[in-house]
Amino acid sequence: MGDFLFARAQMAMSLAFHIVFAAVGIGLPLLMAIAEGLYLRTKQAVYLDLCKRWAKGTAILFAVGAVSGTVLSFELGLLWPGFMQHAGAIIGMPFSLEGFAFFTEAIFLGVYLYGWKRVSPLIHWLSGLIVALSGIFSGIFVVTANAWMNSPAGFKMVDGKIEDVDPIAAMLNPASFHEVMHMTLAAFVATGFMVAAVHAFFLLRDRGNTFHRAALGIALAVACISMPLQILSGDLSARAVARLQPAKLAAMEAHYRTRTGAPLVIGGIPRDQTMTTAYAIEIPRGLSFLATHNPNASVAGLEEFHRDQWPNVRLVHWSFDLMVGSGMVMLALTLCAAVLWLKYRVLPDKRWLLHGLVGAGPLGFLAIETGWMVTELGRQPWIIYGVMRTREAVTPMPGLVAPFLIFTAVYFFLATVVVFLLRQQFLETQNPVPAQSGEVAHA
Amino acid sequence: MLELIVAFFILASLIVYALMGGADFGGGIWNLLAFGPRAKRQREAIADAIGPIWEANHVWLILVIVLLFTGFPSAFGTMMTALNIPITVMLLGIVLRGSAFIFRKYDVEKERHWSAVFGMASFLTPFFQGVILGALATGQIRVEQGRVATGFMAGWLTPFALSCGVFALGLFAFLAATYLTLDTRDEPDLQEDFRRRSLWSGLALAPIALAVFLTSRRGTPAMYHELTRWWAPLLLVWTSLFAGTALIALWFRRFVVAWLAAIGQVALILVGWGLAQYPNLITPDVTVTNSAAPEFTLRLLVIALGFGAILLLPSLAYLFYVFKRSERG
Repeated sequence: MGDFLFARAQMAMSLAFHIVFAAVGIGLPLLMAIAEGLYLRTKQAVYLDLCKRWAKGTAILFAVGAVSGTVLSFELGLLWPGFMQHAGAIIGMPFSLEGFAFFTEAIFLGVYLYGWKRVSPLIHWLSGLIVALSGIFSGIFVVTANAWMNSPAGFKMVDGKIEDVDPIAAMLNPASFHEVMHMTLAAFVATGFMVAAVHAFFLLRDRGNTFHRAALGIALAVACISMPLQILSGDLSARAVARLQPAKLAAMEAHYRTRTGAPLVIGGIPRDQTMTTAYAIEIPRGLSFLATHNPNASVAGLEEFHRDQWPNVRLVHWSFDLMVGSGMVMLALTLCAAVLWLKYRVLPDKRWLLHGLVGAGPLGFLAIETGWMVTELGRQPWIIYGVMRTREAVTPMPGLVAPFLIFTAVYFFLATVVVFLLRQQFLETQNPVPAQSGEVAHA
Repeated sequence: MLELIVAFFILASLIVYALMGGADFGGGIWNLLAFGPRAKRQREAIADAIGPIWEANHVWLILVIVLLFTGFPSAFGTMMTALNIPITVMLLGIVLRGSAFIFRKYDVEKERHWSAVFGMASFLTPFFQGVILGALATGQIRVEQGRVATGFMAGWLTPFALSCGVFALGLFAFLAATYLTLDTRDEPDLQEDFRRRSLWSGLALAPIALAVFLTSRRGTPAMYHELTRWWAPLLLVWTSLFAGTALIALWFRRFVVAWLAAIGQVALILVGWGLAQYPNLITPDVTVTNSAAPEFTLRLLVIALGFGAILLLPSLAYLFYVFKRSERG
């Protein structure tokens, strides 16, 4: 592997690591604020306990998210100085705004985590809401910058020089809206399902535990409200990609030949040489319908593009299928939970549903990682779609294998510690707090 | 004009970062160097003092970086290329410091290990931050036709840059110890510990500053030349005055005065650095003017900074009001 590939690998690894913490940093503060809000309204101690546990998780995840995000802001220049020299003036704006959003988040998280006894309950709860809100805004700003790489706008390229820079038009590029929607909802879906899985796991052992029942209720509500919306936003994204980045769409769907009434290709092994996909399931006219809402429409295949403009079809196609598959499983669980809730009007706690939720726990994050791979690998070979190739942007620095290995080792180590610490936090909840469960044997 | 405003905001953010984030690193340094009968309580006092605020303090660095790559994109690209190695090491320090600090709070069993990682990373990061700032001034990083022409080792391994690194360490340690005398107001023996540390590190700054000055003559001729301008003696007198006041106030246990003087001292040092560096961002090829982003970008950035400040400053004031009021009177 050459330096260029190590640069890409390091960037990919850093983003794959950070995106988990970023998504939880958007989702978990919301759960935490809902729990505290319920406590303020009902005065039931169980909600306060819950909110404090989630706050501990938020503290750990936020700290690691903050430092890995810092690394990324430097890596943009350490690995891709050619990109930043051109793009800094165009998309630095959303990063600067993100800086302010991140500032508010850090400030009020400080107030929230350390201020239980120092500020009034209402102020404390509002601080939590501000954390949740500024987390969402941080995500929005950063995603607009990514959307710009996929759908550049707000500048003109004249003889290799950038002119007529308009950072506002760049921020509001045609891909911003659907990318922002999809990523923000993904954060809620992933956090909701992950948290629901943890508490469903403990409920399977102790069905009457009020702490875990309350937790599952909140997590499930967030997950079940955002999941159907996410499917709609996915549909919106697919049509936008068909319009803005047809090569990416073709790679996502392993769609080689341009044709009308194109089938939807699921799974299989795409072969670039023969431009076919072996062992795939095909749904007639499916792709035409998804890409344009017209089953007979013509959809451009990869053959329309020069070979050196193709992304890695296999990785993009498989990632896409994994993302959609995860989404479908989570949607099915959402529907089951919703039906049970509408029927019985209590927390859906059937054993099979709890088992399903435990199994689906990682699916939200699997969908985030694979969805992100679709966006980023599908953009290749471009770093700015159609304008600048990734290879042109890479640093001249040699020996990039060293930072890649070091950061991979450090992140792997951090991930292990975080999982261990979160597990410790959750295991503490296994012993029900006497006041809440009411079932503790008296010695 | 606009690029000057953005450059001013960058310098201002850098100063605030040094005063706040720098002191947090200083806290880490004293955490590692905690000794004596109250070592454990010293570490606890440090954790309590920086716990609620370090995340916010850290964001000043991110602000510096995003302002730099938005306002002066080509300067950013050049710095990140020529100083790739020290910046990568500094980043590792940032990752380990931040993670270890939070891990030690929640991982009770391994607290001592995390505490050590936190301390060591707090040495590593400021040292390299000083080295990086020093390297920018050496004049050894050259740019030809938009590309770095001097490789990846230029500037930062010079005696001048390395003494800047040591100076940053000393400065942050001194700041932290001075702040901690206020944070430990309710525990006189702890306060005495930090007072002694503050005095010693404050005194140690003098020879280190001398080393920086002596190495600057050959290490950064351009900056040395700037330091012979009319404003330089003025600044030097004021900085020395603040430094002296801080030490005298510490000696007589006037901790609030010492705190103010230490802040003034550090701020003036960085103001002096900024003036001596101006108009260069990377001496001598990259300047505030020739690396600035297009005017429209700069104008939007200044507007965003204005609104950002309206949002940010009250929030920050509130944060410090909530957590530092009992200590600061």
